Amino acid sequence: MNLSDIRAIDCDVHPTVPSMQTLLPYLNDHWRETVIEREITTLDTISYPPLAPLTARADFRDERGRAGLDAGEVGQQALDKWQADIAILNCLYGVQLVFNEDMAQAFARAVNDWVVKEWLDRDPRLRASIVVPLQNVEHAVDEIERCAADKRFVQILVLCMGETPLGRRQFWPIYAAAERHNLPLGIHAGSAYRYPVTSLGWPTYYVEDYAAQSLGFQSQLASLVCEGVFVKFPKLKAVLIESGVTWLPGFVWRLSKFWRGVRAEIPWIDRSPNEIVRDHFRLTIQPLDTPDNPDIVARAIEHFQSDDMLLYSSDYPHWQFDGDEIMPPGIPASLHRRILVDNPLATYPRLGL
Amino acid sequence: MAKHIVAAVKDLPPGSRKLVEVNNRQIAVFNVNGEFHALGNRCPHEGGHLIDGKLVGLVQSKMPGEYCYSRKDELVKCPWHGWEFDLRTGRAQCDPSRVRVRHYETAVVQGGEIDLDAPPKAAEVFSVRVEDDYVVVEV
Amino acid sequence: MNVNAPKAQFRPNNKLALVDCDIHPRLRKPEDLKPYLSSRWWDTWQTYGLRKRHGFVKGHPYPKSQPGDGARRDAWPTNGDPAGSSLPLMQEQHLDYHGVDIGIMNPLWPGSGDQNLDLSAALASAHNDWQLDLWHAKEPRLRPSIVVPYEHIEASVAEIHKRAANKAFCQVFLLSRTNEALGRRKYWPIYEAAVEHNLPIGIHVFGYSGIPISNSGWPSFYIEEMAEHGTACSALISSMIMEGLFERFPTLKVVMIEAGFGWVPSLGWRLDKHWQKMRGEVPHLKRPPSEYLKQNVYVTTQPIEEPEKPEYLVDLIDWIGWDRVMFASDYAHWDFDDPVFAVPPNWSEERRRKLRSENAMSVFRL
Repeated sequence: MNLSDIRAIDCDVHPTVPSMQTLLPYLNDHWRETVIEREITTLDTISYPPLAPLTARADFRDERGRAGLDAGEVGQQALDKWQADIAILNCLYGVQLVFNEDMAQAFARAVNDWVVKEWLDRDPRLRASIVVPLQNVEHAVDEIERCAADKRFVQILVLCMGETPLGRRQFWPIYAAAERHNLPLGIHAGSAYRYPVTSLGWPTYYVEDYAAQSLGFQSQLASLVCEGVFVKFPKLKAVLIESGVTWLPGFVWRLSKFWRGVRAEIPWIDRSPNEIVRDHFRLTIQPLDTPDNPDIVARAIEHFQSDDMLLYSSDYPHWQFDGDEIMPPGIPASLHRRILVDNPLATYPRLGL
Repeated sequence: MAKHIVAAVKDLPPGSRKLVEVNNRQIAVFNVNGEFHALGNRCPHEGGHLIDGKLVGLVQSKMPGEYCYSRKDELVKCPWHGWEFDLRTGRAQCDPSRVRVRHYETAVVQGGEIDLDAPPKAAEVFSVRVEDDYVVVEV
Repeated sequence: MNVNAPKAQFRPNNKLALVDCDIHPRLRKPEDLKPYLSSRWWDTWQTYGLRKRHGFVKGHPYPKSQPGDGARRDAWPTNGDPAGSSLPLMQEQHLDYHGVDIGIMNPLWPGSGDQNLDLSAALASAHNDWQLDLWHAKEPRLRPSIVVPYEHIEASVAEIHKRAANKAFCQVFLLSRTNEALGRRKYWPIYEAAVEHNLPIGIHVFGYSGIPISNSGWPSFYIEEMAEHGTACSALISSMIMEGLFERFPTLKVVMIEAGFGWVPSLGWRLDKHWQKMRGEVPHLKRPPSEYLKQNVYVTTQPIEEPEKPEYLVDLIDWIGWDRVMFASDYAHWDFDDPVFAVPPNWSEERRRKLRSENAMSVFRL
């Protein structure tokens, strides 16, 4: 397809793993027997309780309440319906929660192989993120190397809450591999649940838990900037997926303000975090955490001082908006094409290959 | 621009500092290892007084984990928010191209060299003695 | 030689009244508290130290950017006492210089949130006496806060009842990094007592929850620790709203201190968005979360937001409400704000009046 004909690139679509049974053919004999014998029935996580309203829009659910179970369904509901010519699949299955790093590696491989076979091979419009087992950096790099040969993998996928802040140097071999293969670092809502969801403990309600995801993104943004990941890997981009949007300017102003005074603590950062973030971070637009008032939406977007940072996403099948209006009211018309097509193409070099 | 005597050298030994007022401008004068530096006293951020700031070295880095320390005591850190200003240029380390405090040239002159017909304007009342050295700031 | 060191001058613009919602008086030395402590608690404190949910005997897990627990370099008394411990210097350098009419004292006291609940209670009570005797009695512009041992609910409630009759106290004072989020029911008796006495709850950032300060574990740097205050306070306010605290105590006023406020509008929008879809989980909420934020929560200015364009700061306050934001200086800490910088002269006099004094006068019933 000619790039100029593309109508929309959906940067966040979720294929649902129907059950552990689905993955069995993608596990070797040892792990297959382990799954059965040790009764590992699912890796679904409390980040998305299957029947919680957010987990799937009502009109996408089947009679059992599930949605996004196969490529045909997703092709129809998220791509045909909303005129997306390309969609990036981010598989959220609790691989990152597993404590055994070898088991995590086996599940990551199984998920990625399943995505290739059951999704990418079935609909040429689909691309995918490489699920990486961060539990072990060598395993993660191996998985990137294994998958990167397939150009339909366009980014690597990690969760916004893990065991160690993402900027830490122990993860740098992963970023070296990402840079080498033109893969952005996709950071998605979700947690490995190594720690309480907030720094004040476990919230009482799921709605608090989900709202707190944006706090995890703030921490990761600060970590990636302050540790100097983009000094070491100047071509790397980080995509904040399902992060919410409007928290970013205020948080980065704060970081930039403090940086001016305590710069000597991180002397490799020799320009304002405001600039670093504009150059290296991208965000998907759903959920757009704004009020309905389009004037406020426009003003909140203006605070980014950048036309390059936002990427279209439907977040299918999660329930973030109703109806078929994929571009939230208030986003200036002059930005639509950029958000729908130009920014995704600039962010994901592999889409243009 | 005129030269203003702001102190006798012997009264401003290495490691000392002095706040002076010249033409209604407050100027912080520092002696770092025998070299004199003069900056406007008011931080352009919120107005902290640089005369009360700590002198620090310059920490730079090409790569995370590297710390290149140089120029000990050649930057003054604002006593409030810690912005560092280069004593030699007045530029802020956090944003050298856009943020700076006024930097003034300094010199040391001997009492005997001062032309008594046209003496530098003294910031304070001095009795200039031929055998002594004086710090002069150009304002 | 005559030395005419230039003198600090009184600032312009101080014809408008000024309430400073965040001043930190500091102990000169631990012995300042000794008269207010039993020998049991004095000895325990001095012998075994604090159990403050971090690992160092002295100092901080993330060392501050300058000495004196992050004090202004120019706020140290010449006699070597700690910054913030000298009333005459505070009067000269801050209260007089900036024209502060009323300053609310928020002691960042040793023992806050201590795991030894009884020690925490003893130290809290001692700090309340200390504020009265060594500060308020000598300088009535300085108003005390009721510090409470917030992890010891019963003792906190008792302390509030004990102090509330003295109208000099203008709020109940907590720190933000508590062992559980402050909306959890464990803490509600504290709010009940505050409401009974018409006292706002002031929540200042810092403390140690005992839980990693990011949801991905401990970051490396002090700059990250500082940036994480906004995330902790977001979780705190979410918790208060979603638990239904403001339904139970509709007149409760919560003042966020030193938390900045760039995060506040976005938090309200985000909570509304997800509440709309999942209100079934929290049927005790009768209104959108952002309405509780607007009704019950106030913020202070320091450390003032510094967006790249000043008009964005005006947007933020427009969204939060000009009657919700109150000036705070954070004297004598390094990230201190000058009132003329935080509330700039090019704002209308009406707006400046609100932020400099009127909002605080109303919230704290001054």
